[in-house]
Order: sequence, then structure tokens, then C-alpha cells
Amino acid sequence: MNRKLLPLLMTAGVLVALFVAASCMYPGFGSARVIANLFSDNAVLGIVAIGMTFVILSGGIDLSVGSVVACTTVVIATLVGQHHWHPLAAIGVALVLGTGFGWLQGGLIQRYELPAFLVTLGGMFLARGLAFVVNMESVGIRHGFYTAAQEFSLPLGGKAALSSAAMLFLALFVLGLIVAHLTVFGRNIYALGGSADSARLMGLPVARTRPAVYAVSGFCSALAGVAATLYTGSGNPAMGVGLELDAIAAVVIGGTLLTGGVGYLAGTLLGVLIFGTIQSALIFDGRLNSWWLRIAIGTLLLAFILLQRFLTRGPARGSAG
Amino acid sequence: MNDPLAKVKGWFTGGGLLWPVLSLAALLAFNLAYQPAFFRVVIQDGHLYGTLVDVLNQGAKVMLLALGMTLVIGTGGVDLSVGSVMAITGALAALLVTTTALPFVAVLALCVLAGAALGAWNGLLVTRLRIQPIIATLILMVVGRGIAMLITDGQIVTFEHPTFVFFGNGHFLGLPFTVTIVALAFAATALLTRRTAIGLFIEAAGDNETASRFCGAPVRLVKVLVYAFSGVCAALAGLIATSNIKAADSSRVGELMELDAIFAVLVGGTALTGGRFTLVGSIVGALLIQTLTTTMYNLGMPPAIAPVPKAVVILLACLLQSPIFRAQLGGIFARRTTAE
Repeated sequence: MNRKLLPLLMTAGVLVALFVAASCMYPGFGSARVIANLFSDNAVLGIVAIGMTFVILSGGIDLSVGSVVACTTVVIATLVGQHHWHPLAAIGVALVLGTGFGWLQGGLIQRYELPAFLVTLGGMFLARGLAFVVNMESVGIRHGFYTAAQEFSLPLGGKAALSSAAMLFLALFVLGLIVAHLTVFGRNIYALGGSADSARLMGLPVARTRPAVYAVSGFCSALAGVAATLYTGSGNPAMGVGLELDAIAAVVIGGTLLTGGVGYLAGTLLGVLIFGTIQSALIFDGRLNSWWLRIAIGTLLLAFILLQRFLTRGPARGSAG
Repeated sequence: MNDPLAKVKGWFTGGGLLWPVLSLAALLAFNLAYQPAFFRVVIQDGHLYGTLVDVLNQGAKVMLLALGMTLVIGTGGVDLSVGSVMAITGALAALLVTTTALPFVAVLALCVLAGAALGAWNGLLVTRLRIQPIIATLILMVVGRGIAMLITDGQIVTFEHPTFVFFGNGHFLGLPFTVTIVALAFAATALLTRRTAIGLFIEAAGDNETASRFCGAPVRLVKVLVYAFSGVCAALAGLIATSNIKAADSSRVGELMELDAIFAVLVGGTALTGGRFTLVGSIVGALLIQTLTTTMYNLGMPPAIAPVPKAVVILLACLLQSPIFRAQLGGIFARRTTAE
């Protein structure tokens, strides 16, 4: 059991080390405000990564998330801005569309035994194109309700405050923890990722679980789109290019095995925060360019994959010897 | 099995070249009907110009990437890093031609070597550390663009080097020079894989890695070589892309190209599960995407919407390769014939 928790502890250690180092190097970094902003600035990535964690736990992958986020923001912005819908109705429609899109992808993967990589690659192109079909340009959202939702924030004392997008992120995280660890659906996902054949032989509803997992990811992507409209106050069909890679990186850095079946949602939260801490530190520094973020993330990704290799090989060797 | 009729039937049901060629023909027929100007080719200053020539020229990068990708997918892997490798080699080439007096051949050789080294790194991650190919190459995909940015220091490096500009924009034998590059690369790849044992080893590695290793096939070496080859193809494509715009734009060069390349290979009839590959199919697949893109542009469709038809073709190609879907299709036909 300890062995499974080890990657999580390592990730937490890396996060603390990074944060302490950045706090020592840059005055003003180690404050509650920066921590609160980590959640606000990375709400979109975080929400997408939560959905991605479920998919990867089930042994799959979802490349369509970034495009679905973009599509959602444009749908909401167009419905509210040009068709004068109430934002809540627009958000409801967007969430249903995102969930349905994910479910369809999962259905294709399950029904025709297609590689998840390819189906979601098609989904990525489709959603991106559809986003541009809905609206070619970035649209601002001007609505009393939206302005209120954007300005609403939870003061944490001092200058720190949690934005509405950050609250959405944290609420989804808690919900995700409950689903993953306390429900039958959550256990089924772990079983499916551990071994689809064994899960089927045990009588678990594999044919229903897999599409549902992709539906969860689609829902999370749509919700991330909502968070993005709250964060930027607009919908943009070009948003979120490459977001799927950042999300996968955050999940892997969080200690979830890419082969499925092993991992924790808490690790994903830590992975997202690591991503955010590096990004904030680069902004605080000002001299280093944003491409260092990519290099740092890639290096961490490699390090954690190597760690996983080491850990997963360990027990096998132990039982053989 | 020697029955010639069975052989012909095999072409139709075996998932070979038939579907991609049929799709390409259908697309060309559509153009013939709706915009005959698509086929107009004029000769100016001894060079051919026209939409068809544009398709060949614009499709050169994806065709090159698809060659490398075909072999990688043949071993059961995938290479997501080609776009980033294009950015790195493009940046390297631009830096070398602007800051050094090296002849272009030397620059080309260095860039090809760099591509091979980057590919070999992917191959080592896959074979030595046994990381899944998607993830192993994802690392370079994420880091690669950062490295390209480091090389150019985040700037867009422009150049006026005549030979380098010729590499992506020149004409040779009346056709764009890029066509010659693709033809040479294709001939070399086809010779290496079909006239030597390498092709057999690649298919063996993709079909059943363990069994191949027990048979004494150098599976690991072949895999490293295949990823290195994909890196070389990406390097050539990167040089063409950089030469086209006479500048190294590290953040944009080769963006989403890896997906186009995978798409070309898949549509061409090479299954993602590995064990069997067709180089001609991948070239046809690459031409199919490029013709699709060019057709849509000519019809006045905004470039941003171009992914939609692409996605539809990907999903259809996926479904056509699924045994279950084929069985269902077969079931429909069987029912019809029995009803008759």
C-alpha cells in the first residue's frame, strides 16, 4: 500500500520544494495570494486534468479535451451574446453537449474496439472545427449575471481571494474524490484500468463504464470551458490548443500510471499545482521566457515516468525472487 | 490461395490500397465536376504551375513525415514528436545559415543528424526503458518546441540563403524541388524496406515482439532505427517548412503536423496495431489529406473549419479498419443476398 502512495509523496515533495525555492528566490512569492491565484489561473487546466485522470485510470486517453473547451466557450458566448440566452441555460446546454460528445467517443471506442488515441484525435479535429463553425472570432460575454459571477470571489483574508473559476475547480475536485473513491462507478473504473478482461469476467459492466468515463471527461472539458469564460469573460474558438498535453503531463506527474488502474485524483491536483508554480515563478522572474515552462514540464514528465518504471518493476521482481 | 479471383477479392476486403485510392479518385472526380480549373496546369518559365502541382508541393511535408511514421507505426509504435523535431531542425538550420559560413550540404547533414539523434532518443526511451511510444514521444513533443525556442532565442530568424531557399521553393525538372526530395526519400525507403530484411524485421517487431526476439530478430535495434528514421524525415520536412517561409518560426512550424502524418498513414491502410505497413498507401493518404485541404480552400471554406472533414475521414478510416464494423457491414450485405 505504501508503495502506491510513494509517487504521491514524491509529487508533494517536488511541489513543496519548488514552492519553497521560488519563495526564497522571489520576494512576495510565498504568500496566500499567490497560492490562491494558483487555483484561479489553473482552474481550466485543473478541471480538464480531473476528467483526464478518470480516463487514464480506465486505461484510455482523451485528446479531444482542449478542443471541447474551446467549443464550449464559443457556444456559451454565442448563445449569451448573440441569441440573448440566459447564461445558466447556455451553460446547461454546453454541459450537455460536452457530456454527449464524450459519451459518443467512448461509445465508438467500446463498441468497435477502436484505439482511444485515434477516436479522440478525430474528436479533437471535429470539436475544433465545430468551434470555428459556431463562431470564427473571439466573442466577449456581456451579461449582468456573468459580470456578477466573474466578480464573485471568496475572500481568504489579506489580499488573497478565491475566484469563481477556482471555486468551480475545487468543488469538482471534491466531487471527483467522492466519485473515484466512494462509488461503485469509481471502483469499476479502477478495475477496468487494471485489466478490462478481468473486469468483464468479474461481471462488472465494462460496456457501460467505458463510455461513461469518456462522458465524464467530456463533462469536465465543458465545465472547464465554463471556467474559461468566467476567467476571460469571452469565448474563443482558438483557445486550449495543446491543453490535452498539459493535462496528460499533470496527471502523469501526479503519479497516475498511464497503463491504467493505479493513481489518485489528489496526485493530479498536485501535478496541476506544480505546473502552476513553475509558471508563476517564471512570471515572477521576468527574465526567463515561457518556453522554459515546456522544458521544465517535459523534464519532470520524464523524471516521473522513470520513477514509475522503477516502482512498477520493483514489486514484480520481489515476488519473482 | 493461388486463385487470381481470390487475389482480386483480397484487394477489396484486405484493407489494402483500394479504399484510399478510391477516396482520392472520388475527391478528384468531385473537383472535375465542380471546379475543372483544379486540373489546369500551365507551363511558365519551364516550370509547371497549377492546383495539382500545388497539392504535390504543399503535401511534400506530410508525405515525408508519413514515410517515417509508417515504419514507426509498422512496429506498433507512434511518433508524436515529429512536429517538434521539425521546429528544432528548422531553427538549427536557420541559425547555421545566418551565423556560420557552412555550405548548405553541411547544414543539411547536421540537421539530418540532429533529427536522427532526436529520433534515436525516442527509440531508446521506447526500447530500453519500455515506455509506451505515445508517452515517450510526448516528452520530446512537449520539450522540443522549448528547445527550438532556445536555439532561436525566442526570435523568428529570417534568412536569404539562396541554396536553402531553393530547397523548399526551387524547381527541378519542371516540378517543385520538394517533389524530388519526396521521390528520393520514398525510393530509398522502399528499397531499404522491401529489398532488404529490414522491412521483415519491422513487421515482425510490430506483429509479435516477443516471438520475434526469440526468433533472433534484432527487435530493439530495428525499433531505434525506425524512430531515428522518423526523426530524419521530420528533419527534412522541417527544412522544407522553414525554407518555404524563409524564416524559422519555432512556435508554429510543424504545429499539428504529427496528427496529419498519423492520419495519412492510417487512411493509407496501415493499422495502428502494427505488424503490416504500406508505404504507397501512406503517400496516397498524404495526398488525400492535401487534396481535401486544397479543395476546401478552393471552395472558399475558411481554413479554420478544415478540421471537420478531416475528422470525419479519420473516424471513417478507423471504423473501416475495425473488424467488428466490417463484420456488421458484411452482415448487411449477407442479409441482402439471402433476401434475394
